[in-house]
Amino acid sequence: MKRFYGRGLPGVASRDLSGKLIALEGADGSGRSTQAELLTAWLERKGFATVNVGLNRSTLVSKELSRAKQGNVLSQRTLSLFYATDFADQLENRIVPALKAGFVVLADRYIYTLIARDAVRGGDRAWLESLYGIAIVPDIVFYLRVSPRQLVERNFQKHATLDYWESGMDLGLSRDMFQSFLKYQGLIQAEFERMQKAYGFDILNGNRSIRAISKDLQARVEPILERRAA
Amino acid sequence: MAGQRRGHAYPGRLIAVEGLDGSGKSTQIYLVKRWLELQNLKVFFTEWNSSVIVKNATKRGKKRQLLTPTTFSLIHCTDFADRYEHQVLPLLQAGYIVLADRYVFTAFARDIVRGCDREWVHNLYSFAVEPDITFFFKVPLDTALGRILGGRPSLKYFEAGMDLGLSPDPYESFRLFQKRINDVYLKMVREFGFVAVDASQASEVQQEQVRAIITERIDLPGFRWHTRR
Repeated sequence: MKRFYGRGLPGVASRDLSGKLIALEGADGSGRSTQAELLTAWLERKGFATVNVGLNRSTLVSKELSRAKQGNVLSQRTLSLFYATDFADQLENRIVPALKAGFVVLADRYIYTLIARDAVRGGDRAWLESLYGIAIVPDIVFYLRVSPRQLVERNFQKHATLDYWESGMDLGLSRDMFQSFLKYQGLIQAEFERMQKAYGFDILNGNRSIRAISKDLQARVEPILERRAA
Repeated sequence: MAGQRRGHAYPGRLIAVEGLDGSGKSTQIYLVKRWLELQNLKVFFTEWNSSVIVKNATKRGKKRQLLTPTTFSLIHCTDFADRYEHQVLPLLQAGYIVLADRYVFTAFARDIVRGCDREWVHNLYSFAVEPDITFFFKVPLDTALGRILGGRPSLKYFEAGMDLGLSPDPYESFRLFQKRINDVYLKMVREFGFVAVDASQASEVQQEQVRAIITERIDLPGFRWHTRR
């Protein structure tokens, strides 16, 4: 049976949520989205209706969020509340209905990224935890851990540049983007390790091949699906 | 969190007004603003739901009726946070008297009526300092309803609380919605130490009472401009 991290959502009873919720976490360049795609294909091949959700995809605020990120004009708390609104919109309009229908929901990033980003920027953890008390506890959470050095390489391979936010440039860790990226990703990883104790992630070594990780993921997801059939 | 005083140590002072639509609170705070300005004091006025950056999303959400109680609450808190961190907080730090036409209590009342968890909403706004004075303009429900419904024929969806499904008739829905909001306000009077003002009195009588309380509680001459203007 599903439960919420905190006070839950008004009007939603957790016993009605019969589907499965899988969350996949990891930095840009960790292979997270590739793995989400492969896992979706695998689930669909097995006959499970699968819904994909991610961050900043809500119809409500994603436009404003993207614009705000361009200009860097919002204060940290405003930005974090904007993200929370985006998350809540998807939670209520996509995740909850899909889980009610008994589907598998695959979240390409979930609340942990949002909490980690805020926590490394000095956000109050207790405040964040209460805020995200609306979130449903996933059946399983994966964190793809890739060393910051390897992340740099993959980001350059993919975009030939480093992203401002993923480098934590707003934190002023270093004027040098490369150095800032390494430091920032190190901080985020430390935050995830701290959260791992509280939230119980499956930490996966993301330095392996796509295929190896994919097989590993499937093996860990399989038992969740079986429990449902029984 | 609830009921816990979060006083502040900033040199500025924060005065908020709360009350139902039609309670006359905006008129009263405007008169306070003029009164303070004419004494050459550092004053700043801010109103609910006015942050530029957040406005578009709020508008779209409302227009397309995309909002649930949770997203309604979060989007208003986002708006509030933007104004709070860009204006209210820095101005309190700079020693201004900040006047707020509606403050967190408006959110508490509306969100709780919509079914959001009380503790959750209180925590959401826990970053905001409590006002030094919160005036609550207390008015009989029928008076407030009469002022609003008499003057403005069309009610917006969320404004009328149509999302609560209380009644298919916007007027009836508004009435029931405001009644519930009023009940929550009345409960907050003691919890948050509101100064209740009888808003059925003449406007200038109310203003006199409000000014007396401000004068008593705030050392106004300390807020004069020091720089030449």
